[in-house]
Amino acid sequence: MTNQAPPPPPPPPSATVGLGTRLADGEWHRLHPATPLLRGGLVLIFIIGWILSQARESLFNLLLGQRGRDDGDPIGYLTTGGRLPLALLAIAGVLIILVGIFYLSWRVHEFRITDEVVEVRSGLIIRSNRKGRLDRIQGVNIVRPFFARLVGAARLEIDVAGHDANVRLDYLSSSNADGLRRDILNLASGTRQREAAEVQAAGGPKSFVEQRVSELLAPELHPDTAPAESVVKVHAGRLIGSIVLHDTTLTFLVFLIAGGAVSVVTGHAFAVFFVLPFLFGLGSFIVRRFTKSLQYSIAATPDGVRVGFGLLTLSNETLPPGRIHSVQVRQPLLWRFPGWWEIRVNRASKSNAKGADGQHNTTILPVGNLDEVLRVLGLLLPSLSAVEALDVVRLGISSTGTAGGFVTSPKRARIVRWFSWRRNGYARLPGAILLRTGAIWRQLTIVPEPRVQSIGLHQGPVYRRLGLAHLDVHTVTGPIRAELGAMDRDVALDFFDRVSRSVVAAVGADATHRWRSGEV
Amino acid sequence: MTDRLQLPGITWLRVSPKYVVVDVSGYVVFAVIAIVVTSIPALVSQLTPLWLIPAAVLVIMIIVIAFVPRRVRSIGYQLRDDDLLFRRGILFQRFVSVPYGRMQLVDISRGPVSRALGLSDLRFVTAAASSGVAIPGLPINDAEALRDRLVALAETRRVGL
Repeated sequence: MTNQAPPPPPPPPSATVGLGTRLADGEWHRLHPATPLLRGGLVLIFIIGWILSQARESLFNLLLGQRGRDDGDPIGYLTTGGRLPLALLAIAGVLIILVGIFYLSWRVHEFRITDEVVEVRSGLIIRSNRKGRLDRIQGVNIVRPFFARLVGAARLEIDVAGHDANVRLDYLSSSNADGLRRDILNLASGTRQREAAEVQAAGGPKSFVEQRVSELLAPELHPDTAPAESVVKVHAGRLIGSIVLHDTTLTFLVFLIAGGAVSVVTGHAFAVFFVLPFLFGLGSFIVRRFTKSLQYSIAATPDGVRVGFGLLTLSNETLPPGRIHSVQVRQPLLWRFPGWWEIRVNRASKSNAKGADGQHNTTILPVGNLDEVLRVLGLLLPSLSAVEALDVVRLGISSTGTAGGFVTSPKRARIVRWFSWRRNGYARLPGAILLRTGAIWRQLTIVPEPRVQSIGLHQGPVYRRLGLAHLDVHTVTGPIRAELGAMDRDVALDFFDRVSRSVVAAVGADATHRWRSGEV
Repeated sequence: MTDRLQLPGITWLRVSPKYVVVDVSGYVVFAVIAIVVTSIPALVSQLTPLWLIPAAVLVIMIIVIAFVPRRVRSIGYQLRDDDLLFRRGILFQRFVSVPYGRMQLVDISRGPVSRALGLSDLRFVTAAASSGVAIPGLPINDAEALRDRLVALAETRRVGL
């Protein structure tokens, strides 16, 4: 607590909540003092609101000097016959007990960060203890809900591989959260020396209100965090356009028109009721996608790709290198006219914070043109940023045929791939497999070889007749399935053999779980 | 036969022929239940044509069971230098190659019939749900030896996700 000591409104923090870098010293620390309020605050507000709405009439009566006559009304019952002091006493008692419980549960909720693990222990009666290994970190997520932003708090979530294995620190003070993220990523990266990462732009002591206001107005992505040329943003206009032209919207419209037509032809209105649920679905889809993609930005930082979004509730997530298991570039049908694309990824962790599209932070770029897509791909998979590799990727995104080293389906496969047999194919780059599919709904799936879990090869009776086979590149579970059907049988066997060899080599050479250990 | 998928130079290790009994008994139990359930409409309504449904189920199950021995023979695995190869299926063939370092855990389980025959099933689990490498019908000693071997191999090739 040296250069910046903003007196926070709730009780002054114990010496533990100080500069960002102090928190990662291996000792136990407590969370932000306002934590119980922020966690349980909404419930409390609801309860108070409910009580007030119940008591409104009685209060009016009280103020107007009338006696509550309604015997069924609890407030009227309490205020008559001298029971008021007793009632107030009871309420005060309950409040004191609640505050006491909140205080105690805050006291025992502690975390520590050592060189190897991040650990949280909590619970008054049922003690719980949760550890996450730093070299298994899949991402670090900072969420600032609107109410928490008002008091300068933020939620830090450390994604660890596995279902519901994440370690959450809610809440920390906003600057602590940023500092701690830097520290955690530093420790996880394997750099041996502890960087003095105190790049705090405190600018001298400010009053509490000033600091809150400046934090509220600050841009979601601080200019110091990432070089400006590496930032890709999504503009609101394009976002609206992308939602209007999205396949989901299109499908809903078709249903809507069909329902309308049926009700007009039959003269009955029942079809309208049939359409209503679809309308609600469309509404929630649009709201979800829109709110989660506002102020969207993707940037490269030394410790990985940083994805940030949100208008009132800000959220940003840093994905360290080598945590992306597969990437898919795809194009809904009507996006072809403006030339827009969407990028999704498979990741090993399931973050509780929802990303764009309400998915589990799997949509990395909600909408972007070809140049932006290539830039984001370069950020996500740095091994592809070589010029020749990007050329192949460009071909993979939008072209057909064998240019760029693509091996495509044979002509006899047009029975099972009517339009796309010229496009359907794969290419191999150093360290990555490219699977190109779909002529109408165009897709390109890229799997980094060190992340491949296993390779599969299938053949059913129809494919056997045609001399074809189906290839599967297994990665961790996610929205993307990396697969390629209708390949020539011999080509597929060759792919299976070669790729299973090169995957073994790539897996052995991979060191991204401690991505900076080689630097020191 | 020439169009079948064939990996050159691989001699497959096969599972125990006794596994046929395990597989058949499973199908028989399923067939009995399915036939009883599909007979209910015919019994209730007393309509003779409805007996066609359980009859069809019976025929299908007989065909399925008749192919069990061949299907069991098609299951094979091979421990190569750096990866585990697995295959199964005749009509729908499936091959999988898993690098040893990708192993998250090895699971050995025994059903009642398997236990009576001294067999057990071995499952090789990776971070990908779709890998699906499950070698059924291994004699218990073989399964445990294979498990220890796989764990040792995975240990020497330890990697992240």
